[in-house]
Amino acid sequence: MKKPSTPTAMTRRTVIKAAAAAGAALLAPPIIKARGEEPIKIGLDNPLTGTYAALGKNELVGAQLAIEQINAKGGILGRQVQLLVEDSTSGEAGTAVQKARKLIERDQVNFLVGNVNSALALAMAGVSNEKGVLHIVPGGHTDGITGSSCHWNVFRVCNTTTMEANAVSSALLKNIGKKWYYITPDYAFGHTLQEGLEKAAAKGGGTKVGGDLTPLGTTDFSSYLIKAQSANPDVIMFLVQGDDMINALKQAVQFGLDKRLHLGGAQQELESLLGLPPEARIGTWVFEWYWKQPDVPHVKEFVAAIKKKTGKVPTARTWFGHASIWSCALAANQAKSLNALKMAKALGGMKLPPEVGLMPNEAYFHEKTHQLITTLYVGNAQAKGSEPEDLFNVTQLVKGADAAASPEEAGCKMTWPSAT
Amino acid sequence: MRKHWGSGVIWLLLFTMPFWMLAVGGYTELAARIVVLGLAAMALNFLLGFTGVLSFGHAAYFGLGAYGVGMTIKYLFPSTAAGVVIGVAAGTLAGAIIGALIVKLRGVYFAMVTIAFGQVFYFIAFRWNSVTGGDDGLTGWGRQPINLGFTTLDIQGNDKAFYYFVLALFTISVAVMALLLRGPFGRTLLAIRENERRARFLGIPIELHIWLSFVISCFFASLAGALFALVNNFTDPRFLRWDQSGTFVIMAVMGGMRSFWGPLMGATVYVLLQDYLSSHTENWMSFVGLVFVLVVLFFPRGIVGTARTRTVAEP
Amino acid sequence: MTQLILFNVFNGLVVGAFYALMALGLSLILNLTGVINFAHGGFLALGAYIAYTLLPYVGFWGALVIAPVLTALVGIVVERVLIRRLYGRDPLYSLLLTFGLAFIFEDGTRFIWGAQSVPYQIPASLTTALSPSLFFLTGYRVFMVVLVAAAVAGLFLLLTRTRLGMRIRAGTLDLETVSVLGVNVRILRNLNFGLGIYLAGLAGVLAAGMLGLQPTIGTSLIMPSFVAIIVGGLGSLPGTLLGGILIGVASGVTTVFFPSATEAVMYVMMGIVLLVLPRGLLGEEGRF
Repeated sequence: MKKPSTPTAMTRRTVIKAAAAAGAALLAPPIIKARGEEPIKIGLDNPLTGTYAALGKNELVGAQLAIEQINAKGGILGRQVQLLVEDSTSGEAGTAVQKARKLIERDQVNFLVGNVNSALALAMAGVSNEKGVLHIVPGGHTDGITGSSCHWNVFRVCNTTTMEANAVSSALLKNIGKKWYYITPDYAFGHTLQEGLEKAAAKGGGTKVGGDLTPLGTTDFSSYLIKAQSANPDVIMFLVQGDDMINALKQAVQFGLDKRLHLGGAQQELESLLGLPPEARIGTWVFEWYWKQPDVPHVKEFVAAIKKKTGKVPTARTWFGHASIWSCALAANQAKSLNALKMAKALGGMKLPPEVGLMPNEAYFHEKTHQLITTLYVGNAQAKGSEPEDLFNVTQLVKGADAAASPEEAGCKMTWPSAT
Repeated sequence: MRKHWGSGVIWLLLFTMPFWMLAVGGYTELAARIVVLGLAAMALNFLLGFTGVLSFGHAAYFGLGAYGVGMTIKYLFPSTAAGVVIGVAAGTLAGAIIGALIVKLRGVYFAMVTIAFGQVFYFIAFRWNSVTGGDDGLTGWGRQPINLGFTTLDIQGNDKAFYYFVLALFTISVAVMALLLRGPFGRTLLAIRENERRARFLGIPIELHIWLSFVISCFFASLAGALFALVNNFTDPRFLRWDQSGTFVIMAVMGGMRSFWGPLMGATVYVLLQDYLSSHTENWMSFVGLVFVLVVLFFPRGIVGTARTRTVAEP
Repeated sequence: MTQLILFNVFNGLVVGAFYALMALGLSLILNLTGVINFAHGGFLALGAYIAYTLLPYVGFWGALVIAPVLTALVGIVVERVLIRRLYGRDPLYSLLLTFGLAFIFEDGTRFIWGAQSVPYQIPASLTTALSPSLFFLTGYRVFMVVLVAAAVAGLFLLLTRTRLGMRIRAGTLDLETVSVLGVNVRILRNLNFGLGIYLAGLAGVLAAGMLGLQPTIGTSLIMPSFVAIIVGGLGSLPGTLLGGILIGVASGVTTVFFPSATEAVMYVMMGIVLLVLPRGLLGEEGRF
């Protein structure tokens, strides 16, 4: 009959141990010890496994660098900052939602950051809005996040799909041709990106000659490519991302399609180009940030700092992670409060300082949509550049303000909670 | 006597969970997840542990329950109860049809065919964007307060009320399964599990019994799925994918598939382990995989089975 | 339109040959030991990454020869340490153990080689299309089909003409009798597992040239292989081969008419086959 007490005692002991360990961990860094204060917590709920693992990892690296910089500069409101990382997986919104709730309910994070996958970002925004936590979306592009599904507490660093579509379409229409065929990933991101491109193309006289929706994680694109080719387009628009982009482009080039028509698209990432064989690094695309910007101040230092951490140059993803975490700090320090409502008011309309923005034009959060208005880099992928990781040749800089939809066009009607 | 006492402890823990979950480093939603996934694993085990038939495709029925409730609330009428009923009906109906097609198959063949049929439902949920939301999952709906006539159960805003709503349905399901297994029907299933040929010689209609067991199992699996959708306020096509089925099987085996409560234990350990590991290391998959391997090699009888052997060995 | 369908039939053959190579390995293991190897996709990825690592030292052709052998060696070790303990037990346990192994493989490859896709260079002689009008017949794809055909022919020769092969086939029919006749069943199973994994490794090297090389490269290929086995009929290797090619062609053609059913079509096909021929196309009565 002694048994019943055993499990409870065990649990209690474990809890005490865990608490002691957690306490020790908190006390370990000398600065916190001196201040004796609880650190500010930022929860990063982003993919570390699956199709988007490489992108998620780079955002994590950028976020870690930002945390180090912020702490070195005195932290948020004088308190140290701590990053809590959860693996959201690449496609399981159920897991992302669960992790978001865990970060908010149990860990009591002051900020939520995520996700790479648009669908997961939307699902997380539902949770963060329900709980009233300031939420920064680093790299989920679908329009809805700062459009029809916008929330007062949600801010986004990467571009909307409409911005990408508008930025790249004039270059494609002018230099290449007007008949486009779409190979589109079958989820929120792909749907709005194709919609944006169709609209932008229609304005410039372009037409859609066909398209296919391919599920995330497709490995064999050959039958889609055969279909695309037989529709006789000027451009095949590859809107898929991550590993799917690599598979699709690699196979298209093996088929020799690059010699008969133009292979291009909207969003392209350094991660994908690095995974492609040199002959498949082709086409017209838009980058959201590029590491080679010799004339922009602070970029060199940022590249050097990331190279020191990973041995590789930063990508747009690294920049997203970096800017997202800095946005949290800027919001709190400007509002002089950790109240989500006050921070959201402060962040709306805020301009990022040059060492965070790292762009030719000043980047700022749109007051009405909470979308970061950036600079977009239109250009061509190249097999070899001046350096091994220089795989993109920027030909045109597009101002975000010219590419972004107005709040009315985006369909963002923001409702704010009554101030407390 | 020991058995009753053990059940008593389990019920006590289940009924008090929301009150100590936070104190031990959990959160209320985690409690609901454990109960719901425990129900799914117990439903699977009705077939696996007590009939001796391995289905590797139960996620399909689980997922049908989830989409049933989500799509009802989103498209038909905003009622949680109606959603659960429709979700369970959809899952059970699908189970009845598929079950009738495959009831003659055995062993590995049965397992593989259940996986493959399950995948059909997965791809429907995954690709039929306009109806199921496709890869994005079904969003834009949420659980609704339940009107009981005399009072309204606010499962929408109150975490604890929702937990007890889930627990109530869990309790009823578990009671029904226990009654079925204790009665003549359950004994027949055990006879089939132990020796199918002998049972057949005794004149037992084997296929009918296996089919019934499959349908009952799908009924409770789809109920669990419906509740899981309510826990998340969201449905994901991956609820229907084959790896989710594998998770249910490992829960049942890890807990002990010859024991009634085993799968619940397995689900608890699995949910906690995954929750803990995935917050602490990005290589959590390796550890979860390692647990699978270790369970198969060293604890094939599961937590409950192993514990029982120990007590017998050292009286 | 007819041209488009023709294109897709040819292309389906290529993809199907690839599924078949995967499925034959699975089938070999399943037939002799009753073990369903969920980790087959993991072995495929391992083969591909081993080839990637060897590439700078031994070149494409060297990697093509060596990587599958090394993968098979890993398979033999895994069989001796883990899989062997599962024989004679409920198939449930082999399903679970290999399911867990699949997790470990995916995570392990990510840990060693990173999550970022790596480029796998194939010789220039294989990258060009054969002719402009038949652009979908690239040198590499033709090469793949030829190699798969050679591997399959080699496998069937091995099974019908060598002592080891005959023992494997005999063991598939009645392992107990084979054992009584003095064949060392432990070694037989071990070599048979290695042979199955060799085919997975070979499929991996070929896949690396066609797809992007990332840790999840094997996971999406495991399910079509299962379906190929069921459609062809459990226990029949020619059936597996036929099943693989059939589902490849079926999904290729479906892309033309009903693209959103591209993945589901193979499962529907399997359902129909099972309703009409419960043992699969070439499955034999009485087994499984």
